[in-house]
Amino acid sequence: MKATTVSRGKGGGPDMSAAARLRATRWYQQPRWRRLAALLGTALLGAQVTGREGSSSDIFLALKENTTGTGMWIWLGGALLVWVLREFVSEQLAAGWAGVREGARAGASGPLGRGRELWRSLPWVRVAALTALAVFLVLLPLLVTRHWQQVLVDQIGIYVLLVIGLNVVVGWAGMLDLGFIAFFAIGAYSAAYWTGSLPVEPPVVLNNFLVIPVAVVTCLVAGVLLGAPTLRLRGDYLAIVTLGFHEMVYLAARNWRDTTGGTSGASVDRFEIDLGFWSYRWGLDPVPYYWLLLVVIALLIFLFLRLEHSRVGRAWTAIREDEVAAAATGVDTVRFKLLAFAIGASTSGVAGVIYASKLGFINSELFVLLFSILVLSYVIFGGMGSIPGVLLGAAILIWLPEAMRDQVPAQDRFMYLGALLVVMMIYRPQGLLPSRRRRRELEMAEEGAGGADSLGTSEGRRV
Amino acid sequence: MTINDIWDVFVLGMVLGSLYAVIAIGYTLVYGVLQLLNFAHSEVFMAGGFGGLIVLTLVEPVAAPSGVQSVGYVLLGMAGGAALGGTVAYFLEKVAYRPLRRRRAPRLVFLITAIGASFFLYNLAGKIFGRNAVPMPSAYENKRVLTVFGTSLNITQLLILGSAVVMLLGVDYVVNRTKLGSGIRAVAQDPEVASLMGVDIDKVVSRTFVLGGLMGGVAGFLFGTNVQVFPTMGFLPGVTAFAAAVLGGIGNVRGAMLGGLLLGVVEAFTVDLVGDEWRYVGAFAVLVLVLMFRPTGILGERVARAA
Amino acid sequence: MTTEMAGRAVAVDGHVLEVSGVTLRFGGLTSLDRVDLRMRRGEVLAVIGPNGAGKTSLFNSLTGAYVPQEGRIRFRPGRGGEHELRGRKPFRVSRLGLARTFQNIRLFGALTALENVKIAVETRQKTDPVSIMLGLPHARRAERESDRRAHEVMRFVGLGHRLNELASSLSYGEQRRLEIARALATEPELLLLDEPAAGTNPTEKRDLEELIRRINAELSVSVLLIEHDMRLVMSVADRVMVLNFGRKIAEGTPGEVQRDPAVIEAYLGSSSAEDTAVVTGMLSGRGGAGAGDEGEERA
Repeated sequence: MKATTVSRGKGGGPDMSAAARLRATRWYQQPRWRRLAALLGTALLGAQVTGREGSSSDIFLALKENTTGTGMWIWLGGALLVWVLREFVSEQLAAGWAGVREGARAGASGPLGRGRELWRSLPWVRVAALTALAVFLVLLPLLVTRHWQQVLVDQIGIYVLLVIGLNVVVGWAGMLDLGFIAFFAIGAYSAAYWTGSLPVEPPVVLNNFLVIPVAVVTCLVAGVLLGAPTLRLRGDYLAIVTLGFHEMVYLAARNWRDTTGGTSGASVDRFEIDLGFWSYRWGLDPVPYYWLLLVVIALLIFLFLRLEHSRVGRAWTAIREDEVAAAATGVDTVRFKLLAFAIGASTSGVAGVIYASKLGFINSELFVLLFSILVLSYVIFGGMGSIPGVLLGAAILIWLPEAMRDQVPAQDRFMYLGALLVVMMIYRPQGLLPSRRRRRELEMAEEGAGGADSLGTSEGRRV
Repeated sequence: MTINDIWDVFVLGMVLGSLYAVIAIGYTLVYGVLQLLNFAHSEVFMAGGFGGLIVLTLVEPVAAPSGVQSVGYVLLGMAGGAALGGTVAYFLEKVAYRPLRRRRAPRLVFLITAIGASFFLYNLAGKIFGRNAVPMPSAYENKRVLTVFGTSLNITQLLILGSAVVMLLGVDYVVNRTKLGSGIRAVAQDPEVASLMGVDIDKVVSRTFVLGGLMGGVAGFLFGTNVQVFPTMGFLPGVTAFAAAVLGGIGNVRGAMLGGLLLGVVEAFTVDLVGDEWRYVGAFAVLVLVLMFRPTGILGERVARAA
Repeated sequence: MTTEMAGRAVAVDGHVLEVSGVTLRFGGLTSLDRVDLRMRRGEVLAVIGPNGAGKTSLFNSLTGAYVPQEGRIRFRPGRGGEHELRGRKPFRVSRLGLARTFQNIRLFGALTALENVKIAVETRQKTDPVSIMLGLPHARRAERESDRRAHEVMRFVGLGHRLNELASSLSYGEQRRLEIARALATEPELLLLDEPAAGTNPTEKRDLEELIRRINAELSVSVLLIEHDMRLVMSVADRVMVLNFGRKIAEGTPGEVQRDPAVIEAYLGSSSAEDTAVVTGMLSGRGGAGAGDEGEERA
C-alpha cells in the first residue's frame, strides 16, 4: 500500500486548509492500522514470553527459535484473527468488548453486585457464610495432600500474614514500602537469636512464642527509626529508602557470617509450649503450624479491622485523599503515616518469627528483595485496602503458579507477575475485590479531585 | 593509606561515578516532567547492555583489532545499546505510563506500574537471553594507556569517563539550549501552563523518556564492557543512580551529575576501606543521611515545590 | 449548641491575632509585603482585594502552609498564652485553635459527611491505637463522644439530614457548609473562611450569612473572612481590610473603607468622579456596573 494522505472533501492538494491538514493522517496513523501494529507487537512479545528459555552461551538461541517456531505462528495468527474480528466482522464484538472493559472497571454490576447486596442486607447470610468459611478453613489442611499442606503453611499462611501487614501501609495509609521483607528478616533473625540458634549467644534464651513480642518491638523500633526521617519528605522517597534499607539488612545477613550464619544459615528451634501440666512440640507435620497461623491471622484481622473503622482508619483515609486538608484539620499526618509503617513492619516481624520457627532453618537467601515485590503484587492484585481482597489475592497468586508448575517454568513466574501488575494498574487499579473507599477515591482522583495515595501533597501531584 | 592510594581510589570512583551520573540523568529528567520515580529505568540500562552485546556478537570483533577497528566496534556497541535502551524507554512510556497519565491516575499507581514493568523486563531478558552473566566481546585490548598523577587508567576506564563527559555535556546542551529542552523545562515547571502555551506534552514526555533511554542504554553498554551483561545488572546501579539523582536534587540535571560522581567516589572508598561485599551500602547510607539533613539535595530541586 | 462551644467565656480581652510585618516571597515575586493585621477577640474581619492581591497567601501564611520570610504572627487563645504561628506546622496551628476552609472546596470525598466532621473532632482526642484495637472502654467512649459531637456540629450548620451521604455527592452549597462544619469541629477560636460564598446561589448565600453570624455570636468564634461578595462582607463584617499587590491599603469599618480613595483606585485603577460612584456602589453591595450578579440580588 502506498503512503497517501487521507482527507475528506477536497483531497490533499495545496489548497487544503490548515485545519484539514492538521486533521489529515497517513494511512498507518489510522486507529485501525495502529491497532494491528499493536496486536502484532503484542504477538511478537507473547511468543518470546511463552517460548523456550534462552541460553547465556548463545544469546540468539531463544530469539531464533521463538520467532521461527510454531508458537510464533500461533501468536501471529491469533493476533490477526482478533484484529479481523474486531475491525471487520462485528460491531457488536467491539461494543461487547468495551462493555467488558467498563464492567471490569466498575466491578459492582452483575451477579457480584447482587451478591454483595444480599450480603449487606441480611445478617444471617453473613453469619452463615462466615461460619461456613471458618469451618472450611479449619478443616482445609485435612482435605489436601502433604504437598499442598506445605504450600498452605510455608507460602499461603506466611504470605497472608505479610499481605495483611503490607495492606496497612499500602492500602490504608497509601504509602509504598519496598523493604517489607527486611522486617520479615529482622523477625526471623530475632527468632533465631533469642532461641539461641545463632553463633552469638543471647543474654537469655526465650521460647519462640515469647520472641514474638520481642520481634514486634524490634521491628516497631526499626520501622520508626527508618520512617521518622523519611516520612517527613515527599512520599515516594519512602519507596527508595525502604529499598535501600532492605539491601542493607540483606547484606548484613549475608556478610556477617559470624553472627548470622550468612548464606549457609543456621538452624532454629521449633515452637514449643510447656505449661507444666501440658506441653506440646511442633514438629515436621505442617498441619499444626497451619492452625497456629490461622489463629494469628484471625486475631490480626480482627484487630486491624477495628483500627480501620476507628479514628485511625479515618485519619489514614483523609491523608490519602488530601494531605493538605487533613493537616489543616489538625491531623498529624506524619504520626499517622509512621503508625501505619510501624504496624506493617511489626506484622512482618511476626510473620518472620513464625516462618523461621516453622522452617527450623534460616539463611540470608530467604530474604531477597524479590519477596517484597511478591507481597506487593498480592496486595495490588487482590485490592489495596480491602482485607478480603488481599487475602484472596495472595491465595490465588500463590495457588495458581503452584498448580501450573508443570505447565509453566517456575522462573517465568516473576515475569508474569510483573506483567500482571502493569495490566492491573492500567485496567483495574482497584484490584480484584476492591474496598469501597478505595474504589471511590481512585475514581475521584481520575476525575481530578483529590489524591488516592499519600505520596505527596495533592497540589504537587501533576503526573 | 597513602595519598597515592587515596588518589587511586578517587579516580576509580570518578569512573564509576560518571556512569552513575549518566544513568541518574534518566531518572531526573523523567522525574522532572512526570514527578515519577521511574523504577524501570534500571531495566532500560540493562537493555542497553544487551543491545551492545547483541550488536557486538553479531559483528564478531576480530581477535586483535586495529585502532580504527576498535573505535568502530565501540561506536557500534554504543549505538546498539542506545538503540535498544531508547526503544525500551519509548515503549515503556507508551504502553505502561501513557494510559495512566491519560486518566490522571494517582502516583501510587504509577509507582506500582514502574515496579511491575521493571520486574517484567528483567525477567523477560532472562528468559530470552539466559540468566547468567555474559562477557561483552572485547572490541579492543584493554591496556593501561594513561597515567594521571601516578594512577594508571585502562582503555575501558578512559572510555567510560570520556563518553560520560560527552553525554553529560550533550544533555546539558539539549536541556538548556534546544527546543526540546525548553519543552522539558516548561512541562517540569507547570504542565498545564505548558500545554496552554502550545507544548505537546505527550511528545515532550515521550522524547524525555527516549533521551534518558539513549543515555541509559550507552551506560548499559559501558557497564557491560567493564563488568558483564546479565538480566539483573540494572538493579544496584539503578538504585545507586536514583540515589545520586536525589542527592543532587531531583529534577536538577547538573545536580544528578554531581550526585553521580559523589556516590561513585563514596562507593570506591567503601569497597577499598570496608570490603567489596559492602559495595552498595555506602551509597544507601549517604542517601539516607542526605534525605535526613538536606532533603532537597545538594543543588536543590527544580521541581516546583507544592504548597 | 451546647456547653463546650458556646460556654467558652471570652475571658481575655484584646487581640486574638496580631500579625506584624509579614512578608512572603516566591522567588522574585513578593506575595505579601509587610502586612500588619490586628484582630480583636470576637470580631468578624473581612479581607478584600482584587484577585492576586495576596488574600489566600495571607491565609496560607497564618495556617502554616507557607512560611513567610519575615514578620511575626502572634495568636492569643482565650485560655491564655501567646503563640508564634510563623513556621509552625499546619496541624499544630489547627490544634492551637485556628481553623480554616479552602477557596476550592477540599473535602474528603470518599467519606461520608459525618465522617468528614468526625475526623476533625478526633484530632482533639488522645486515644492510642492499641486501646482502639483492643476495644478498651475508653476507646469506645471516645468513639461515641466523637459521634455525638459530629452530629451536634452537623446540626448546627444545618446538615443534620445529610449525615450519611458521601461528601462528594452533596450539593455545592452543602459542601461549603460541610467544610465549615469540619473546621468548627476542631473547636477553633479563630475561623478563617476563604471565599465561602463563591459559587453559591442567593438562598445559600443568605443561609451562609446567617451561619457566619451564629458562629460569631453563639460560639464566640472570631472570624477572618476572604470574600468577593461585597453584600455579604458589608453585612457580616465588623471591620474590613483591603489588600492590593500584597500590601494593606486600607482598614476600617465597612463604611470607611467604601469611601477610601485608595481602595477605589485599587479596584478601578483611577479615581474619577463617576467611577468613584460606581465603585462605592459596588463596594457597598448596592448594584452598579462592576458589581455583577452579587450586587443585583438585594435590589
